[in-house]
Amino acid sequence: MTQKLIIIGAGMASGRALEHLVEQAPNAYDVTLFNAEPRGNYNRIMLSPVLSGDKTFDEIVTHTAEWYEENGVTCRFGEHIVSIDRANKTVTADNGDVLPYDKLMFGTGSNPFIIPLPGHDLEGVIAYRDLEDTNRMVALGDKPGARAVVIGGGLLGLEAAAGLKNRGVDVTVVHIMGHLMERQLDEAAGYLLRKALVDKGITVMCSANSKEIVGEDGHVKALMLDDGTELPCDLLVMAVGIRPNVALAKAADLTTDKGILVNDQMVTSDESIVAVGECVEHAGAIFGLVAPLYDQAKVVAKTLIGEAATFVNKEVATKLKVTGCDLFSAGDFAEGEGREDIVFRDPARGVYKRLVLEGNKLVGAVMYGDTADGNWFFGLIKDGEDISEMRDTLIFGPAFQGGSPVDPMAAVAALPADAEICGCNGVCKGDVVAAIEGGAHTLDAVKATSKAASSCGGCSGLVEQLLSVTLGDEFAMPTKETVCKCTDLSHDEVRKLIVAGEMKSMPQAMQELNWSTPDGCHVCRPALNYYLVCSWPDEYADDGKSRFINERVHANIQKDGTYSVVPRMLGGITTPDELRAIADAADKYDIPTVKVTGGQRIDLLGVKKEDLPAIWYDLGEAGMMSGQAYAKGLRTVKTCVGTDHCRFGTQDSTGLGIKIEEAMWGAWSPHKFKLAVTGCPRNCAEATCKDLGIICVDSGYQILVGGAAGLDLLEAQLLAQVATEEEAIEYSCAFYQLYREGAQYLHRPYKWIKKVGLDWVKEQIVEDAENRKALADRFHFSQKFFQVDPWAERARKGVDSHEFKPLADLTDQRMAAE
Amino acid sequence: MSQFIDIGALNDIPPRGARLVRAPEGEIAVFRTATDAVFAVDEWLPGKAGPLSNGIQHGQCVTDPMYNWVFDLETGEAQGADEGSLRVWETRIENGRVLLTRDVLGELRASA
Repeated sequence: MTQKLIIIGAGMASGRALEHLVEQAPNAYDVTLFNAEPRGNYNRIMLSPVLSGDKTFDEIVTHTAEWYEENGVTCRFGEHIVSIDRANKTVTADNGDVLPYDKLMFGTGSNPFIIPLPGHDLEGVIAYRDLEDTNRMVALGDKPGARAVVIGGGLLGLEAAAGLKNRGVDVTVVHIMGHLMERQLDEAAGYLLRKALVDKGITVMCSANSKEIVGEDGHVKALMLDDGTELPCDLLVMAVGIRPNVALAKAADLTTDKGILVNDQMVTSDESIVAVGECVEHAGAIFGLVAPLYDQAKVVAKTLIGEAATFVNKEVATKLKVTGCDLFSAGDFAEGEGREDIVFRDPARGVYKRLVLEGNKLVGAVMYGDTADGNWFFGLIKDGEDISEMRDTLIFGPAFQGGSPVDPMAAVAALPADAEICGCNGVCKGDVVAAIEGGAHTLDAVKATSKAASSCGGCSGLVEQLLSVTLGDEFAMPTKETVCKCTDLSHDEVRKLIVAGEMKSMPQAMQELNWSTPDGCHVCRPALNYYLVCSWPDEYADDGKSRFINERVHANIQKDGTYSVVPRMLGGITTPDELRAIADAADKYDIPTVKVTGGQRIDLLGVKKEDLPAIWYDLGEAGMMSGQAYAKGLRTVKTCVGTDHCRFGTQDSTGLGIKIEEAMWGAWSPHKFKLAVTGCPRNCAEATCKDLGIICVDSGYQILVGGAAGLDLLEAQLLAQVATEEEAIEYSCAFYQLYREGAQYLHRPYKWIKKVGLDWVKEQIVEDAENRKALADRFHFSQKFFQVDPWAERARKGVDSHEFKPLADLTDQRMAAE
Repeated sequence: MSQFIDIGALNDIPPRGARLVRAPEGEIAVFRTATDAVFAVDEWLPGKAGPLSNGIQHGQCVTDPMYNWVFDLETGEAQGADEGSLRVWETRIENGRVLLTRDVLGELRASA
């Protein structure tokens, strides 16, 4: 006799199971199919082309009304099952019908997860799950000037965003993690994806926390982020993940955890009930990709017709096209277990590939832009093949054997003709190439004919690369010092390319400059971070994890792991109130050593890391801020008392020192920068061995630069003599900016001056008034973003609070015993 | 009883960062790499390196903030010409939580 099978849910998994069933045993069951959506099985994955307008809904229907009829399936679409009576083997529909079953199949799928933000129940807040959601988004495109916000930078969220954009909607994607699709992609590939979306006109905000959905008259009006940013929108799409839909199964007392628990035969805790698809949990895993669901469908059909079959959750590769961008990831691309990386980047084509090796085997792969070899790599991962023989050429894929290695000059070759190579003389790449093609075949010849590299020489490396790119083997590249083992480029080249290529994040720079490691090392990361900070003060988000510990926690680490704290004392001037506050802090925090520094301030040594925010708070209450005694940046301006008190003083050296420190505090530079202003040539403030020293004389101010009193001992040299304080400040700021923009990371000014020549510095600052003013203006612009007291940020606003607290304390016996 | 202790959420450790854990066996630095792998090693190599939770984390390594030694977080071995080895503690990630081996409890482990 034909048995009765009731299926709850007409989705892709249960639909595929039904296909197998009617194909293999057409008469085994009398099938009734319930579906809460008022339609049958369609290809949910293809909703994105429907949204973008590339397909119509009819084109993505899998099973038509005719198909169901031909196969004898009774369809009850738009109807819910409200309860299940397992003892009597019946289900009750929402219209009260009670239907008996011999076998019951759950295909209830999953529910989109809605973040319970305030306002999540407003009209206009939707998920992206079914045709209704899709139609809402399509309809929005008809409204002129419509705006939408998508929360979630995973596959679904990005497809929603791209579809909306295609419909003419202004879209912003808000993603909580640091890069898009973090489960499938590493940071570098995530960067490329973001770039592609931004190029399409989609606004992408990563590391962004949603706080509240703002409404008006019951309808969504904007999304508010926790930093106060408000994103106005007419529609808010939440695409932050799915949860197996287990409510009905739970109510029927089937065993559930994350999903409905099934065995290898897809049978639930009730042997008459099977389940398939996104609602199930098998061996601890839940499912979202289609490949394993189709495997489940095969198994569940066999189980229903009494044949043996076993579901095995195979490793799957993710090969996706997100809005025209090819992505591929497979296996495990985390670091660990003695793993090594092979990285290939082709900045010009926007290609990134990373292979993760463990021993002689490939264990993971991430690819962006060119995924043609993805399946081949996936095969190597699945089969655990020994790849040691082909390791050298592995990343080039199956077609490649032998041939030339990656071109280290790809970044230069990729620059457009109008990219600036020589900033001093305003020479662009096209000019240099023209000079080379016109017969200038050596660096000196290019210097003579195009003027490039003829001033500070910082672009010599780039010009040499252009010679090599243009002339090929005819030009022999001189050897050079690279930043570190992660790159073939020198410091000068890296920083010039960051500016010329408008690279504004670390993953972008590493990608476009062909970095050989996924996330750099302790040598290149701080250098790159500085070059980005200096080049894009208003746009670049400082990366604390690429800073040495002292700059990361804004205090100087001591050999026992404690820190020293030095409040700023402008020009070395303090007050009784400040001194009292310092004394109180020293008592309160049990400071073992209080020392007067060579920079005319007071150092509190031996502060416990956990106490740092509290002591900063106390010092801040007394009006003091960080002295940045830890910074590769502006340190101190040492002064003598000048005309205020000294009988030899010629000018107000203390006042000028304070003014300069007020202008310069907070600035980052390639290395530390120390100044002094002394009131007469007796030089009590020791201005002649500073990075910049000012000696006051009767007729004005002598500005000296490039002194040193550390490993090297060097007398500062005269840059200029000026008549007024204003000029002294402008010259000083211009010099600091020229050094900030030109010197290689960790070079003090004297090293940089040795390289570019004092004459060139004079040309830039003394002889060219317009340039001097432009330099000073750029410095003041940058200062708008960096004159923020880092102590106050940490003591009062909780910035980086994780730095100062242990994650856990297991030394308490009771806690540990729990 | 589980062989591991829940010490916090993965998201409590910033990527390419570290957090300190105090344990009867001493201070332990727990790292999270850019690809969300988690490693735990001793905070100090006495007389040679530390406090390592303050170092720059890159690849599968950390650079010591005092003398720039580079340690592999998987093996605890100093890289390059430097010689030294950190104790490595087993970790796991489950459901977004970071678990640390109970071995860090030392003698307390038996009584626990």
